[in-house]
This record gives sequence, structure tokens and C-alpha cells, in this order.
Amino acid sequence: MRVTVTVNGVARDADVEPRTLLVHLLRETLGLTGTNVGCDTTSCGACTIHLDGRSVKSCTVLAVQADGSDVTTIEGMATGGELHPMQRAFMENHGLQCGYCTPGMVMASTALIAEAEADGTTLDERAVREGLEGNLCRCTGYQNIVASVLACARGEVGNATDVQVRQGAVA
Amino acid sequence: MIPASFDYVRASSPDEALAALAEHGDEAKLLAGGHSLLPLMKLRLASPAVLVDVGRLGDLAGVRQEGDTVVVGALTTHHDVHRSDVLRAQVPLLAHVAGQVGDPQVRHRGTIGGSLAHADPASDLPAAVLALGGTLTATSAARGSRSIAAADFFTGFLESALEPDELLTEIRVPAVPDAGWSFQKFNRRALDWAIVGVAAVHRNGASGVGLVNMGPTPLLAAGVAAAWAGGASPAEAARRVAEGTEPGADMNATVEFRTHLAEVLTRRALEEAEARPQAGPG
Amino acid sequence: MSTTDVIGSRRLRREDPALLTGEGRYTDDLPIPGALHMALVRSPFAHARITAIDTTEAAAAPGVRAVYTAADLEHLWANPMPCAWPVTDDMRNPAHYPLAKDKVAYVGDAVALVLAESNAAARDAVELVDVDYDPLEAVIDLEDALSDRVVIHEDLGTNVSYRWDLELDEDAVQAAFDGAAHTVSGRFVQQRLLPMAMEPRAVAAVPAPFGGGVTLYSATQVPHILKVMAAVTTGISEADIRVVAPSVGGGFGSKLNVYAEELLALALANERKEPVRWVEERGENAQATIHGRGQIQEIDLAADADGKVTGVRVRLIGDMGAYLQLVTPGIPLLGAFLYCGVYDVPAFSFTCTSVFTTMTPTDAYRGAGRPEATYAIERAMDLLAAEVGVDPAEIRRRNYITKDKFPYTAVTGLEYDSGDHEGAAAIALDLAGYEALRSEQAERRAAGGTKHLGIGMSSYFEMCGLAPSRVLASLNYSAGGWESATVRMLPTGKVEVVSGATPHGQGHETSWSMIVAERLGVSPDDVEVLHSDTAISPHGMDTYGSRSLPVGGVAIAMACDRVIDKARQIAAHQLEAAAGDLELSGGVFRVKGSPDKEMPLAAVAFEAFTAHDLPDDLEPTLEAQVTYDPPNFSWPFGTHVCVVEVDEETGAVEVRDYVAVDDCGTQINPMIVEGQVHGGIVQGLAQALFEEAVFDADGNPQAASLAEYLVPAAPDVPSLRLGHSVTPSPTNSLGVKGVGEAGTIGAASTVINAIVDALSHLGVTEMRMPASPLHVWEAIQAARGTGGEGLVAEIATDTAGADRDAPSDTLSPQTQPGGGA
Repeated sequence: MRVTVTVNGVARDADVEPRTLLVHLLRETLGLTGTNVGCDTTSCGACTIHLDGRSVKSCTVLAVQADGSDVTTIEGMATGGELHPMQRAFMENHGLQCGYCTPGMVMASTALIAEAEADGTTLDERAVREGLEGNLCRCTGYQNIVASVLACARGEVGNATDVQVRQGAVA
Repeated sequence: MIPASFDYVRASSPDEALAALAEHGDEAKLLAGGHSLLPLMKLRLASPAVLVDVGRLGDLAGVRQEGDTVVVGALTTHHDVHRSDVLRAQVPLLAHVAGQVGDPQVRHRGTIGGSLAHADPASDLPAAVLALGGTLTATSAARGSRSIAAADFFTGFLESALEPDELLTEIRVPAVPDAGWSFQKFNRRALDWAIVGVAAVHRNGASGVGLVNMGPTPLLAAGVAAAWAGGASPAEAARRVAEGTEPGADMNATVEFRTHLAEVLTRRALEEAEARPQAGPG
Repeated sequence: MSTTDVIGSRRLRREDPALLTGEGRYTDDLPIPGALHMALVRSPFAHARITAIDTTEAAAAPGVRAVYTAADLEHLWANPMPCAWPVTDDMRNPAHYPLAKDKVAYVGDAVALVLAESNAAARDAVELVDVDYDPLEAVIDLEDALSDRVVIHEDLGTNVSYRWDLELDEDAVQAAFDGAAHTVSGRFVQQRLLPMAMEPRAVAAVPAPFGGGVTLYSATQVPHILKVMAAVTTGISEADIRVVAPSVGGGFGSKLNVYAEELLALALANERKEPVRWVEERGENAQATIHGRGQIQEIDLAADADGKVTGVRVRLIGDMGAYLQLVTPGIPLLGAFLYCGVYDVPAFSFTCTSVFTTMTPTDAYRGAGRPEATYAIERAMDLLAAEVGVDPAEIRRRNYITKDKFPYTAVTGLEYDSGDHEGAAAIALDLAGYEALRSEQAERRAAGGTKHLGIGMSSYFEMCGLAPSRVLASLNYSAGGWESATVRMLPTGKVEVVSGATPHGQGHETSWSMIVAERLGVSPDDVEVLHSDTAISPHGMDTYGSRSLPVGGVAIAMACDRVIDKARQIAAHQLEAAAGDLELSGGVFRVKGSPDKEMPLAAVAFEAFTAHDLPDDLEPTLEAQVTYDPPNFSWPFGTHVCVVEVDEETGAVEVRDYVAVDDCGTQINPMIVEGQVHGGIVQGLAQALFEEAVFDADGNPQAASLAEYLVPAAPDVPSLRLGHSVTPSPTNSLGVKGVGEAGTIGAASTVINAIVDALSHLGVTEMRMPASPLHVWEAIQAARGTGGEGLVAEIATDTAGADRDAPSDTLSPQTQPGGGA
């Protein structure tokens, strides 16, 4: 089947089998391997992307279901050589170690903050923890992931005095 | 991780969906948010030959009030049920329970109709709709629409009263803005199904209590509700919770423990419902 | 920041931008044109004879290029799959090949494989391979295994793989118990755990048919070990194998191995002269990647009237699983030396019997033997406190090896380098508000109620570094404990570091650049770190056992010193000064007393490159390679305190507070250290509260997905509070000790001690892990039913991983996939 999905602002056409999962369309057909697969039971959240502005697990959406939709992946977050504030918050707060859950965490967290802003609610630690209940991490114990998201939600990004991002390291 | 192959039909109207169901019969499965069906298909525990995608039938999504009834379109996502202003004001139990399902990503895709039609005894929403005394509307090409009381809807493990050619279109629940309510979900991780759950609603002597994961189907705790409505204390009413249940055993609970938990959680639910009439969703 | 205070700074990680943007490439992300996709046919039976395999239909399926059984591949193997730790000379080790031929011995044992043009086609074809099995009885209970009622590997004649005793002074132990004023005994089950690194395993083998050789990309912690073992197993020349570990998404020991899929992909790519790739599904990961823990421990303590421990006696049964993987038999031995904990114990005995079962092989999982040992001694210390009638903190104070006794030679013969247990414990207890908590507990108990406050603590030693090599030799370990480092000044003044350690989330590039920056006086940004590719980093022993910093990091520091020594000679020659008169500061050599005579290190590097004017006996270029074999293990230590609220009605445990002081010596980057401790604690806490690889009586795994195996999520774990103490190691110039496993080692016993403490007034004295609501509730019921006598007897009948009550139905309400929708 022919599908058209706007991925990170660019309309992409692809021929897929009906059974092709959205995550496989992204990774295998479009080469966007930043979205990871960590389970087969819709549990771990490593494959979280934004589908029409909402965080979803792309392992549990068929590519044909996403036909005509707008998709943002981790590759679409940093723009103009600058990390997205959430990415920066993760870096400044050591919110990642092996990095495998990280794209999903960043996508889930940015959606969480956007929803809180739309609702006019303030995210506290409990709300952040509950808002990330669908994303598993095995490295960090979540401590610094929660700190990262809270820092981003509070606009406390870019304050670290010894930030050293090597030039050219950011695509 | 990769489903078996299937044919895909995208319905652009309810009639198209019904026609596809009529054509393919038992071979076909309806696909809405896909968050009950696709996980089973990925593990090849389900391999339907045809998927009829009703996900684009926008008319089947949304919440509206009709007098003293609130009508929830079957394709309304858990997220939208949870955030619905109408439900938060009129049926806060349902809005609250939808926010307890799975995790945010699941709630962004999963639909109330899909959850009810899947008829999973471990799901949260069936117990809430049971407690509220809801009614489900089903439509087929051959026979038109019919109403099914929630109490008659869940017929077996992952089996409902829906015929293979029927589409669940809406869920109707009574507006109960002044009712006391509670949902007690007991699990080990926030993202998991309940080991046991209890949904309770109480207004002017009319009570409903629904149970999660206490048998092969979502269950009404009729004995508890009757005792409670009759003026029994939460603790007294909760003692009747085991009536009619057939709890299973698994890693998280023995039959004995599950029954014990049901009583504790029911007592807590009734206490909370009594303590907070007219409260908004938590 | 000046370059002389780099060490100890919270420098942000250079690894992060790539990982945060999707630019980082894990093995399955690599584009490999023309690769065939491998999928494995796995046994649904725990124990069965294979009577027939029909691959006809699968071979004819669309996109399928080949289907193989064990019989088709025998010519590919020069040797069976490797076990590198034959702990005794008479250890029994069943022949183990990548595909099972006649028998399967666990659910997930591979019996055939498909190569196809897509992963979907390969997975479809797996379902078409028809295997006939003749099922045999499963063995999942360790004592049942010991009885040899069912012998799994018939040619071995028994299920016992080995018995290993730490041969010490038995008479002294007997005398301690004969003369004891108090004795306590504990029996503890270390349930099987699944490591569950978030990245499943993945492999891609890419041959160069005309250039020779095969490149094996693998999600591994050990590319160097894998290269050697792959050569031994396949007979392919070591020189023709290059192993690359791209970004690796966590390991925790589970990628410290040599797996069937790696060997199959390598051998088939080499033979077929086309690339072969495989990615593990999570369900496979739960079955075919090694499991952790799996022990039954019996520990006896003897103590004098004051509660001073005079003897420790330990008997262990280890669950090897169906086969011996890379270091399976050695895991109990890694714990053997830690059963005396952090205490001054004069007499100790340890025996271990390890058995085969029809479950997935066990092997190293974060802490690997040491969390188990710590759990046993720290639970036993709480039992002793109750027996003697003193507070758990006090019983520990009476027994700690005091600060003045280091270096301390333990009864096991090992030397502990440095420590301050009283200091670490005091910080942790103070941070937790221990005295106030005990007061609150007393008040609440007096007031009654159904929620109970519990406070638990543990003090621990970690034994890390896994060196020196000669000690490993005495334990029959087949490899060394050294690490290699090369530090290379480039002509432009930049620095290239090549490390044999292989990171998979630890931030080595950042930490190594900091060590080099501080030593050489250059900017960390000018230091490039190369690793994880045997063509770039030919020598290495990789990353496990918290060894990377105390071995690999120290090697880097030593290589820097050698670079400086050579640079000093060049600079002295150029500046016409005596080498001894030169000082290196801020990356510049200066002549003492002549501040105008100076030469930057970068200029020295350029001189070394051009070689136009070097001292007569000096070779061109400026680089040094060091292979460092440490003189001793390193001994990080600490104390954890956990505060819980236990709901008596539901058995639910809420962790109200968690405080940890982990002293790993000098910290290169405290931010990274804290991250390691956080993650480690949550993995230990997860063993205590959430995780268990449950099997039913037929050997079917009941928790083979992330929906059923309860890796906790953010809302399920507490916020952690870390205290601080630094006791440098005297055995290396950096003063470092290692930190990868510390949190895990201290955590499980701390949490369980807290839960038992919460319920002690109800008569509960023991708690089965994980302390799930069910297990907690059952413990309370049992304590009540037996008039407060406790649960020890009942628990004694349980076995690691066994749960005979669990249903075998694969689609009960609790065993469905999906997100709870």
C-alpha cells in the first residue's frame, strides 16, 4: 500500500505491507534509526514519537494508520544545529547513560510538557514520574531523567556553567 | 514483533465498515486505536485475515450530553475521555478511570470502544461502565442499531455480546454530577493492568460497583451494591464482594489474595465515594 | 576551568549530543546493504528430545534463502561454545553448540535457523519449521536438581556441575560456633532475574570475500573477548575477525558473553560470503539472553555475648541453568569472598554446589555474586541484632573493620585497600534522620494502625577490578585482569587515547578525556577517545565488574605519564636544559628558575612528529602504550538506608526515603558517579520489590516480556538521596576504586531489611524476594498463623525461580501483552 506521512516536516511516500509497523517504516524505509525498539508488548516506550502532536508508541501503530499524518521523531527535535531545550536539559542533568531509551524519553517528555501547558497545570516531580510511566529506563534509576524534565518544564536550561558541547557534534 | 500478513480495509464511513464486516464475517477484526489488538497480533496470538480500520470515522469520536445521559463515541480515545469537560463535570468516575488506563502514549491511541469490545476482565473501563449502569450501542448492516446494557455485554473471557458483523458506535452513561465515586486500582507498576480494581458510584440510594480482574469477565458486584444502597457500612457491604466472582491465580495474586484484596479495595472505594460526593476527577 | 582541576568536575558528557539526537548508531541501526536476516526456531519445551525437524515448507517460503538445523552446521564449529571459567579441574561442562541437535534443555534453546531477505520473511518462515519433540521432565528446583531424579545431560551422569570450597580453617569455624554466645541462621533465595538492558542484543556479520576477513558488529560489552572466543569456536583465524561494538544500549553483564547468535552470524556470513544480521526480540531476550542470580544461600553466624561476630559459615547452591555460558560457574565464587561483609570476622567457611536446571543459563548480572553475598550477610546481621537485642546500626558498629585497620587482610586472604565504614554509616544514618525515624516508629506502633514504618540499612564492600591476573589464575579464570591504554600526541597537539575498555552507557569518553586533560594539561576537548573496535583498539579486556576505571582508567593515567617522560626529554633537548629541571604545568614545559624558557606540549608533539631534531637515542612520535595489571582488587564500600511504609491490608510497600553513601575513592566526574549509583540502587531495589524470572513447574517462563517482568518505571521508584565520602584507594595513582555495581550491591538487602523491620512487631522475620504485595501479605498471614514464629521454615521450601502455583496458561488476564488498554 502507498502511504504518505509527513515526517519532521517533509512529506515522505512509501510502499508498505499493511502489517508494517510505523516504527519499521521510520527505521527501515526512511532510515530514521533514532527511534528505537525495546520490547514487543507496548511496554517500554523506546519507540515513542509524536503522531499529529501526541506521543504514541510507534511499535503499536500500523504505517497505514499513519497515512496522511504528521510525525515528529527524535531526528526532528534539534534544529539549526541547536539541541531542543529538552535534549539540552537531559544533557545538563545527566538524564541519559546508554541512550537507548532516551529518544523515547525526550519525545514523551516534550509531549507531557506541551499537554501540561495546554491545561495550564504545573508539573511537579510526581506528575513527571507519572507522566513517564510508559517509558522504561534501565540505567538511570529515573532520578536524573525526572530532574531533566523538571528543569526543562521550569525553563532551567542552559544554566550550567561548564557546558561543553563539541563544535559539530550536533547534526 | 511482526504481525502475520493480513488484508487491510480502510473504512471511510460506518456503512463501509459494516459492509466489510458483513463480507468477511469471522475473518475480519475491527481496528480502532489498535492498542488491544495490535499487541496480540505482534506476538501472533491473534492473526485475523482482514483488518477493517475504522480509525478515521471521526463521527464516532467525541463526547456530548443528551439530557441526563452522556454519550461517548466509541472512537473517543482514553486521553480525550479523561480530558472531556463534559465527563469531568457529569461523569467524573469515567473521566478519572480513563486517565488510569495504561500510560499516556496508550491513552493517546486506545479508544473506549476498543477497550470495551475487547472485553478484557483486567481492563479498567469496563468496570467503570458497569458501575455506572451504561448502555452500549451496536450497529450492523443487516439489523441496524441495538442497545446492549453493560451488564449484558461481557459474555466470556475476551468475548462480548457483539456479533461478528456489528460495530460498537457509542457508550451511553447516566450523568451523575452529584454522585460520590471512587476507583481503586491496585497494581505493582503504574503502567500495568490492575491486579484487582474496584469502581464505585453512589447517589441517592442508587449504587453501582464494578470489579476489575475478579473473573473471566468484567464483573458487577451486585451484592455489594445492594448492601451499600441498603445502608450497610462500607466494611459490611465489602464483605459481599466475593459473591459471583471467579478470580484466577497468577504471579501477582493467588485466588485467596485476590479475594482479600477485592474486599479491602471495595471497602476503601465505598469509603472514598461516601467521603467525596461532588468531587471532581483526581 | 583550568586543566588542573578537571578531575572532580561535573563535566557534561561528550557522548550525549549524538545519543540525544538519534545520531548514535546501535548495531541494528547500521545500514548493511544486502544483509540476510536471521531468525531462530526456539524450543517451546524446557526439556525434550528432538525427534525430527522438517524444514521443507519454511525453505520454500517467499524470501527465504536457507534453513539450517544443527546437523547442517556441524562443519562450522572447531570447538563448542566457550566457558572461560572452569572453576575446578573436575567441573562438568556439557558440550554446548549454537544449535541444539538431539535435545533441548530450556525454553528458548535454538534448534534451527532461517536466513531470509527480510526480517518479516525470516520470522514468518520460523513458524513453518516443523519440529517434533519428545518432552521430558523439567528440572527447575535446585534441590530437585541435586537429587538427580532427572539427569539433564545424561553423558555427565549427574546434574552437579561442580563443588567449590573456599578451603580455610574449618576447625576455627567449628570452635567459633562451639564457643558462641549467640548463633543465627538464615536461608535466602536469590531469585532469578532478567538483566533487561533496554537495547536487545543485535548482531551483523559482514564479510569481505575478496579482502579476507569478517567484521562482526555486535551489541556486546566484550568485543576483545568475543574476537578471541569466536576464533576458537569457529576456527576462523583470529587475524580475519574484526569485532566492533557500536553504541551499546546497556549491558549489566548480559552482554558480557559469547552467544550462539554471534557465532552463527559470523560463521554463516564467512561461509556464504554475504552479510548476515539478527536482532533479538524482547521475548527472545527473556529466554535466550543470560539470566542473573539464582542461588539458595544458607548462612550461620556465631557471635559472642556482645554480638561481636566470631564465625561465618555459608553453604550455597548455584543455579547454572541448562549450560555453562562464558563465566556462568564463576559467579558464586565472585561472591564467596564477601560473605564476611565489612566486618572483622576471624573464622569463615564457604562451600558451593552448582547444578544444572532446565532453564536459561545464568551468568553475570550487575554485581555478579556480590549483591547475593551482601544480601546474605546483611540480612544475617539484622537477625543477629534481633537475637542480641540491639539496634541494627549498633550491631554493625560493633563489628565494622575500623578505619585504622586498613589495609586489612581478611580471613579469606584478600587485602582490603582502604575503608571507613563507621564514617560512611554515620553520614547515611544522619542524612536519613535515623534516630527520629526510630522515635516515629515507636510512636506509631504504640498508636496502632495498619500502615507500618520500617527502617533498613546495609553496609557493603564491593570487590572490583577483577585483578590481578595471578589471583584470577588461582581461581581458574581463563583470562587476565589487565587493561591496555595508548595515549598518542598528534602532530597538531591533539591527543588520541585508545582504550581496551568498552563502554555501553558509562561515559568513558568523557571520563577518559578528563583524566588525560588533567595529566597532560590539555583541554578535554582536545582529547579524542577511541575504543570498542578491535581494529582500532587491538588489546583489551573490556568492561564488566566495575573494572574500567580502576584498571583501564589507571592504565590511561600511566600512559600519560610515559608520554610526559618522553616529551620531557625532547623539550629538554630543545630548551637545552636538563630534563630534571623541567616542570610541566598547564600543558607547558618550563625550566625551573628560567621562566622565559618554555615549550608547550603541543610543540613537543610536533617536534616528535617531524623528528628533525630529537635526542640521539629517541624514536620519533610521541605515544605510549601501557598494559596495566593492578596489584589488588579495589574495594569500594558504603552504607544505604531505606525507609518504607508497608500496608498490612494489601501488602503494598511504599519506599518513603532512600539514602546512600557510596565511597568509590577519588571521583573523576561526580555527575557520572551519581548516575551510576542511582541506576545501581534502582536495579537492586527492583530485585527486592519487583523482579523475578518466574517459571512454572514445566519450566515455562512466566515473565518473558516487559509486560510481565516488572522492570520498574519512574512512578514506581523513590527519589534517591546521596551522601558523600571519599576514601582514595592507595593502590593506584588516581585513588579510584570503581562504581558500576556499588548501588546494586547495597540495595536489595537494605530494602528487605526495612520491610522486615516494618513488620517485625507482627512476628515477621523473613521476606521472600521480590517483596510483592502477595509475598508481603502471605508473610504477615503466616506470622499470624504461627503465633509470630516467622516464615523461615516456609521459605526454606521455596526455590530460586520456582513457582509451582503459577498457571501455565499463556493468555490469562495477567499475561497479556499491551499497555493495559
